[in-house]
Amino acid sequence: MIEFTYARASDPSHALLLGAADGARYLGGGTNLVDLMRETVEQPRELVDVSGLPGTIEETAQGGLRIGAAVRNTALAEHPLVRRHYPLLARAILSGASAQIRNMATVGGNLLQRTRCTYFYDEDGSRCNKRQPGQGCDAIEGFNRGHAILGASPACVTVHPSDMCVALAALGATVHVEGAEGPRAIAFGDFHLLPGDTPNVETSLQPGELITAIELPPLPLAANSTYRKVRDRASYAFALVSVAAALRVEDGKVADVRIALGGVAHKPWRAAEAELALIGGPASESAFRAAADAELAAAKPLSQNAFKIELAARTITATLLQLAGDAA
Amino acid sequence: MPILVNGTSVPAPADPRVSLLDLLREELQLTGSKKGCNQGACGACTVLVDGERVLSCLTLAVQAEGRSVTTIEGLVVEGAMHPLQQAFIEHDGFQCGYCTPGQICSAVGMIEEFRRGLPSHVTVELADNPNELTRDELTERMSGNLCRCGAHNGIVDAILATYTQAEAAE
Repeated sequence: MIEFTYARASDPSHALLLGAADGARYLGGGTNLVDLMRETVEQPRELVDVSGLPGTIEETAQGGLRIGAAVRNTALAEHPLVRRHYPLLARAILSGASAQIRNMATVGGNLLQRTRCTYFYDEDGSRCNKRQPGQGCDAIEGFNRGHAILGASPACVTVHPSDMCVALAALGATVHVEGAEGPRAIAFGDFHLLPGDTPNVETSLQPGELITAIELPPLPLAANSTYRKVRDRASYAFALVSVAAALRVEDGKVADVRIALGGVAHKPWRAAEAELALIGGPASESAFRAAADAELAAAKPLSQNAFKIELAARTITATLLQLAGDAA
Repeated sequence: MPILVNGTSVPAPADPRVSLLDLLREELQLTGSKKGCNQGACGACTVLVDGERVLSCLTLAVQAEGRSVTTIEGLVVEGAMHPLQQAFIEHDGFQCGYCTPGQICSAVGMIEEFRRGLPSHVTVELADNPNELTRDELTERMSGNLCRCGAHNGIVDAILATYTQAEAAE
């Protein structure tokens, strides 16, 4: 770990002041950043600790929820309103990492966690365009079993590791940020970026901008929602494929649906094609499978991960069947 | 601001690179907490910070300023073993012992989470508080602590014996 200075921010404006310095990084729970600093993949010169900033969960006037960026992952999953109105979010969080890490990790930090691609971590021995732009990518011809099938580029084929963010993508959350130019709101689908030619640029945050809160819209549909995660072991592992979904069936037809996928792309993947295919159609297994196939028509497998296409199709179908219950 | 470690006030390190785990082991000679992977994958370094189980290897010691840290050494009261320590002996909850302090600190935090109603990945009804610490609930909640000897069955038995049988007797 290279040398750095450490300062605790007393309030958001203090954080912005400190965070404007060259080489400064905001520190939440540290579960990802400290690890990457130890590997010297991340080399901040100053850490601005924002984990002690006010972290509350409040109902909005519209009937949604506003979640402070410093709220710990455990606290969000535990909140009674999240468990009742947004079960896909509680389940996504509880399926991620371990209890210890969920106790440490902040909501803001979860959005900014970086890929677990082993070539990204291996600073001494591997090429990675995300770590060193222009260097090349060793994953494309290497061990890519866990990598992307959607939205990848010749520069980067890795995936976003978060479970929580998959639920937030399905919910259509809003990310509130604050910077030198003042506050602004970013639609969740615009927050994380596809790799393109610049996989080192992962979000639409500007330098020095601080995530202050995540806002969930009121979404009655989400009361019937869940998160299904497929992984190599039963707990404490990243997703091969995951599905966050909410479904409302009326008279045997799909009245409304939200679907997002994890483990398949550089960002949490909102399955807009599948949603479009489902709306107004029958709530049946064959319709669910057809919608999944429509979403995955654009999928491009790498040498070791073609299985993810069928796995994703089946997981989408099974999750929707579960949510449809007796209506299917 | 100092850090309260097992009830004793200690100064935070001048170098912010020092992890809480290294402060405990190298500066304070509290070598119960173990450095397994040093990257948040094994749980051997688990301690309690303000009562919550966390990984001391991924915590910078300066982040613990003004907080209360409890390690395995702090679970001993007046020379008497914590009930979990006794149960680990009785149920063969370890072979080499390297993961044991982390397992026990994690279990202490786990039972508080369970008692206050935190659901887990395997809890069926999210809206209700889980009311029975089943084997499935326990193994899911303890999944952040790995044992490479293969003592997991004994570990689960020891924790269940300590908390479910003791509670049934109350």
